[in-house]
Amino acid sequence: MRRSRARNAAAVALAAALTAVTAGCGGGTTTDSEGSNDKPKELTYWASNQGTSVAHDKKVLAPELKRFEKKTGIKVKLEVIPWSSLLDRILAATSSGQGPDVLNIGNTWSASLQATGALLPWDDEHMAKVGGAERFTPSALAAAGAPDKDPAALPIYSLAYGLYYNKKMFKDAGIDGPPETWDELVKDGKKLTGDGKHGIALEGGDPVENSHHAFILGKQHGADFFDASGKPTFDSPGAVDAVKQYVDLLAADKIAAPGNAEFAKRESVRDFAKGKAGMLLWQAAGTALQSNGMKSDEYGVAPIPVQNPGSGEKGTRSMVAGINLAVFKNTDNIDGAMKFAKFMTSDEEQRTLNAAYGSIPPVKAAQSDKAFDTPDLKVLREVLTTSSAPLPQVKDESKFETLVGNATKDLFADAAAGRKVTTESVAKELSAAQQQMRK
Amino acid sequence: MTTLSPPPGTSRPDREAGPSHSGPPLPRRRRILPDRLRRAGLPYLLLLPALVLEILIHLGPMAVGVTMSFKELTQQYIRDWSAAPWTGTDNFRIAVDVNAPVGEALLHSFFVTCAFTVLAVSLAWLLGVTAAILMQESFRGRGVLRALFLTPYALPVYTAVITWSFLLQRDGGMVNHVIHDQLGLTDSEPFWLIGDNSFAALVVVAVWRTWPFAFLILMAALQNIPKELYEAAHVDGAGMRQQIRRITLPSLRPVNQVLVLVLFLWTFNDFNVPYILFGKSAPEAADLISIHIYQASFVTWDFGSGSAMSVLLLLFLLLVTGGYLLVTGAGRKRDV
Repeated sequence: MRRSRARNAAAVALAAALTAVTAGCGGGTTTDSEGSNDKPKELTYWASNQGTSVAHDKKVLAPELKRFEKKTGIKVKLEVIPWSSLLDRILAATSSGQGPDVLNIGNTWSASLQATGALLPWDDEHMAKVGGAERFTPSALAAAGAPDKDPAALPIYSLAYGLYYNKKMFKDAGIDGPPETWDELVKDGKKLTGDGKHGIALEGGDPVENSHHAFILGKQHGADFFDASGKPTFDSPGAVDAVKQYVDLLAADKIAAPGNAEFAKRESVRDFAKGKAGMLLWQAAGTALQSNGMKSDEYGVAPIPVQNPGSGEKGTRSMVAGINLAVFKNTDNIDGAMKFAKFMTSDEEQRTLNAAYGSIPPVKAAQSDKAFDTPDLKVLREVLTTSSAPLPQVKDESKFETLVGNATKDLFADAAAGRKVTTESVAKELSAAQQQMRK
Repeated sequence: MTTLSPPPGTSRPDREAGPSHSGPPLPRRRRILPDRLRRAGLPYLLLLPALVLEILIHLGPMAVGVTMSFKELTQQYIRDWSAAPWTGTDNFRIAVDVNAPVGEALLHSFFVTCAFTVLAVSLAWLLGVTAAILMQESFRGRGVLRALFLTPYALPVYTAVITWSFLLQRDGGMVNHVIHDQLGLTDSEPFWLIGDNSFAALVVVAVWRTWPFAFLILMAALQNIPKELYEAAHVDGAGMRQQIRRITLPSLRPVNQVLVLVLFLWTFNDFNVPYILFGKSAPEAADLISIHIYQASFVTWDFGSGSAMSVLLLLFLLLVTGGYLLVTGAGRKRDV
């Protein structure tokens, strides 16, 4: 009798352990409810790394979060997460259901993350709580989710690619102004190259940067990396031309240093700031350049060149880059999260934060501030409103960044090792990347 | 049945003290529980915490992983895994279909990993055993050298490997500065972190990380070989080389058996070193299987496919480990 009781106890304990395990792997809460208000006095906020370092971000955000606490009595726990691990952290939070209340996402992930269902959709009712969708620039809002769905996030910082050029190096080489077309860019680049210096600095070892340039050039060549139904078309002729043209800056034109093929830690920004290269393609590089010792009057900013002067898709000069703010559906402080989203998208905060990060406010009313009237931000704002396109807002977008970005990285490595990069070799790499998309 | 032995210090009046005695303890103590229950239930009860933890920490996640490998677990379903559709053996079929790109890439990564493991483990072992033997004799500064040798093992992996990645950078990296600028061994500065050289870079860093462990274990094992054996061999006229071959290596055999296995498993599964060295996407020449699986699941958001690859990896490692233990174990029995 007693013996069996002990056995029962063991069996019960074992069963309990097993249930604990199986419950643990069941993923997050399966309810579709939109958050609760269990912890009304507390919020956790995951911020992306916008400043020159994580410490810089904390310094920028801390006083603002204090102001929010004073206003609402809600304490915000801030965690600044580097880009290299942000997506992993978000996915882990999504699968476990244990995550922040409010978080920043790269706007190119919007549709991919929207498909997980982890983010609170901004339908009309929610949107009304932050002042309505009209407050945001349409292009920024278009990069916040699939076109046929409610946005999955709100834009908070907008960015665009620009061509940064070293004024003194241009003058010394006898170049009047920034290039308008890619042919001119290559010609200017050749004039700048020599004596240990190069025409342009590229971040060739960084798949994400590569994929952005592949996208921009793809648009200029009339190629999208996804067709209308969301199926990948990575190896279309236009896409091959786009990637080849980008890699050729190092491979055939030789206006970028071979070492650029392994740059993935912002070495290209450093090289440009130090005068080792005359041009740089980057998003809102101002603060990063200044922290590398380059003064703001030493560089100029121009729109990224096009193939031929023109408009429409072929005149695309940038992707709509930027950061969105999302509310995690599993939040235990939904009202507080809404208040925080309203606070972060308020005109005043938008001015303060975007000025600190050198980005452009996606909130229209905030753009009028003097801080955004600098020559470089004016150019980027112009690009953003007139000649930018959002990356494909399809659920497989993040795979595009990885696969096409890596294919380009491999091509750069080939070129740097002295192997020839041909249309065939580019097409082969891109086909291989496309085949990895099995569904 | 050692769990049943009374703790040391308990008096055992009714039993002869002696190492040879290993039967169950005699029931002559305070009776809190009746004998029958104690004998039958206690071992299980004592094992229970370990069992529960084992299930929670090891078997649970493994079971989850195996389950995942039969599902189509893409981003739509990661919030609610139970909703992911079952796909049967689809994930496995795609992973082992070596004629299709996914399977081909996996196979390539598998071969790279095998070559890497064989090289890294043998080099780490060779370095470890050489250093351990050389450090047997006492000489001035031995302690300092020993401590120095152990630093790679003591350093946090991130700090150590990120330093290597700086050393290995093409422009301005220390490695190229030495072999190209100063020694003039190469015509142009080679790349170490991209392209084909990345394999060599990976092997060097991995060996640098793991050999101190081999060194430490082998050094401890060497202390257990009786000095008299060497003295006797010396008297009989055996030289240094013969002593190593006839005394040292055979005496190290049991330690080596475990050491090589542990090194193999660590190296084969190593994630930190390639991840810190190359980032999320390793160059093809150094595409280790752990990074490859990480990419297949996390970066492309296809957790089912990643799990299937992990399960295949697990099966392979089980097979190798089992085979290894069988072969070396059988060999040992014959020796005795």
